[in-house]
Amino acid sequence: MPALISLFLIAGVLFFVIAVIGILRLPDFYTRMHAASKCDTLGLMLILVAIILYTLQDITLANLLTSIKLLAILVFVFVASPTAAHSITESALINGVKPWTREDRSP
Amino acid sequence: MIHLVVLCCAVILLVLILLCLYRVISGPSVLDRILGGNVIGTHATVILLLIGILYNNLAMFVDIALAYALLNFIATIGSTKYLLRSKRVFLDSRDDKN
Repeated sequence: MPALISLFLIAGVLFFVIAVIGILRLPDFYTRMHAASKCDTLGLMLILVAIILYTLQDITLANLLTSIKLLAILVFVFVASPTAAHSITESALINGVKPWTREDRSP
Repeated sequence: MIHLVVLCCAVILLVLILLCLYRVISGPSVLDRILGGNVIGTHATVILLLIGILYNNLAMFVDIALAYALLNFIATIGSTKYLLRSKRVFLDSRDDKN
């Protein structure tokens, strides 16, 4: 069981690292948004699965309640994080942020 | 053993928050800063849960993390709706100087 928990934790942190590299390196607002939203949602869900497994190692009533709250965070993030990403991108699109094209190479 | 892995993950997440702070400070547009703040909020939620594991007090920190996730979402939605309504927003920091 500790090996499984460590695997989920390291996978989640790996996705967070990929998200931050994308935020720092990509040339455009839309591409940065693309990197940030998806990798962040998946990384947080993987780490929450790891923490739920850690909590359910010994099953008592308090631990069961804590894992139900963690499941609530997971479901909320699964709904809310793409909604926030959609809202930011909609605001950028309406305000007229230009997408990156092949002509302007400078980041 | 599992506490060592959790500690390493928390330290890596702190470094990632510092790297995201670069995008918040020097982002070319306002929406880049909002995006960086959103990502920092997500990382802070995870760090709160990992601190709860390290201090063997997860039942308290779960509530704080839940409130933090809710606040992060509401702050992002509110600021983007504000930028959507107001047409006089300077999206490019180069336009500020004009």
